[in-house]
Amino acid sequence: MDRFVFLTVDGLSRGAVYAAFALALVLIWRAARVVNFAQGAMAVAAAYVAYTVSTATGSYWLGFVVAIVAGLLLGALVDRVVMRHVDHASPLNPVIVALGLVLLIQAVLGMVYGSEFRPAEAPFSRSALTVGGVAVLSPYDLFVFATIGVVVSGLAWMFARTPVGLRMRAAAFAPEVSRLLGVNVGGMLTLGWALASGVGALAAMLVLPTELGLHPHAMDLVFVSAFTAAVVGGLDSPPGAVVGGLAVGLLLSYVSGYAGSDLTPLAVLVLLLAVLLVRPGGLFAPVAARRV
Amino acid sequence: MTATDLLVVRGLVAGYGAAPVLRAIDLTVPAGTIAAVVGANGAGKTTLLRALSGMIRPAAGQVLLAGEDLRGTPVEQLVRRGMAHVPEGRGVISELTVDENLRLGGLWRRDRADAGRALDEVYQLFEPLARRRRHLGHQLSGGERQMLALGRALVGRPRLLLLDEPSLGLAPRVVARTMALLRQLRDRTGLTVLLVEQNVRSALAVADQGVVMSLGRVVIAAPAVQLRDDVDLRHAYLGF
Repeated sequence: MDRFVFLTVDGLSRGAVYAAFALALVLIWRAARVVNFAQGAMAVAAAYVAYTVSTATGSYWLGFVVAIVAGLLLGALVDRVVMRHVDHASPLNPVIVALGLVLLIQAVLGMVYGSEFRPAEAPFSRSALTVGGVAVLSPYDLFVFATIGVVVSGLAWMFARTPVGLRMRAAAFAPEVSRLLGVNVGGMLTLGWALASGVGALAAMLVLPTELGLHPHAMDLVFVSAFTAAVVGGLDSPPGAVVGGLAVGLLLSYVSGYAGSDLTPLAVLVLLLAVLLVRPGGLFAPVAARRV
Repeated sequence: MTATDLLVVRGLVAGYGAAPVLRAIDLTVPAGTIAAVVGANGAGKTTLLRALSGMIRPAAGQVLLAGEDLRGTPVEQLVRRGMAHVPEGRGVISELTVDENLRLGGLWRRDRADAGRALDEVYQLFEPLARRRRHLGHQLSGGERQMLALGRALVGRPRLLLLDEPSLGLAPRVVARTMALLRQLRDRTGLTVLLVEQNVRSALAVADQGVVMSLGRVVIAAPAVQLRDDVDLRHAYLGF
């Protein structure tokens, strides 16, 4: 029972990170109809910037903030410099370009920082507190939950309640009509990329201390899990991404805890395949709107 | 051009790819009047509206709105110049609620207080919309979508309203109500309307000016009364 509680909490904590990362994928998919396969590499690049700042200044928090800012800027840059100029006539084009970006970013990171693992520092203790003799949450888990909770609800609030959120949704659903109503659709697209990449950078900062550390490929497996989470939830659904992320986190935690951690990459792929076979629209696919 | 001409089009050439759909369009719409562009399918009526609002770039010619040349103005800036375009199929965003669709029409405005007033006025003008604020666009009937599209344009308090086939797919009663509303807006607020219609009878019934297009040209621009009454003209170009 203790073990089950521990695995559940650990799974939810990792799941929260997958949820944030999946949410970033959904943000870009909804705005630009692109699955951003470069998101993992972009997030790692932002984390390297944070590493540089933190080692130079000795401040984890300064690096943390810089990572998010770097993520925002990198997202805007990728949209303006690269994706904006890709012909979206074939859906495969942006995918290939995104994969090219992965190679480019990872090669540059390898040249600048080398490909050995760098330590990723955690700002709080990662040893679990015990409640009634059962090891439950670590302070770091709490930090992860709180940060992602704030970011996810902040984004939800922004999209549902603010003028800029309304503009972003309108631009994503009906770009041509939105322009006629005075919405700067190109600007909204760039903002979407920036936000998504910022959330991705945040997720990387949260997950890297629980992994082997910083490495150009450090987010590759996280990306696969988050992509699976986004597909489980349905690429069009932000709540789906969050639920999918938590579900994938739990599943992987149970598989790794009860069946051995060697099996987790396999479990992710089996889940991805199962969802694509049984319900390719995802569990949260909205009922297709009737278009007149 | 006189001081009262809100829209002046001179020698407008536009199209898709190499072949122009519009071949040298000349058109003048005085402020506070309704102009109806009629003509057969493929005459270039929708293309004309799309060229006016910058959704396609004209190859040649001039579009003046209240004397200002619109060349090079990005589409999203046109609402700020006072032009509202309700596109073919009305462009209601199905995934947004009625209220969100309407508010979107006024988001660009700096004067937030007046944008709020304009929104209230639209809800008063279209009672059914006020009752369905929280409904999504795709839950509305055809008539309600029409109201929503018109209302959304009006929230921006345009000087010139471009309407593409407002009667399409609507019951005759709803069409009549829409046309009456356009006349009412013209008389009360001085709104200028350029509408494109297949439904020639109801368009000419409400319009001050009738513009007949054929194969990308304006063949007749005359008072609507004259077009309605001239049997030969109607037979030659309008088929009724």
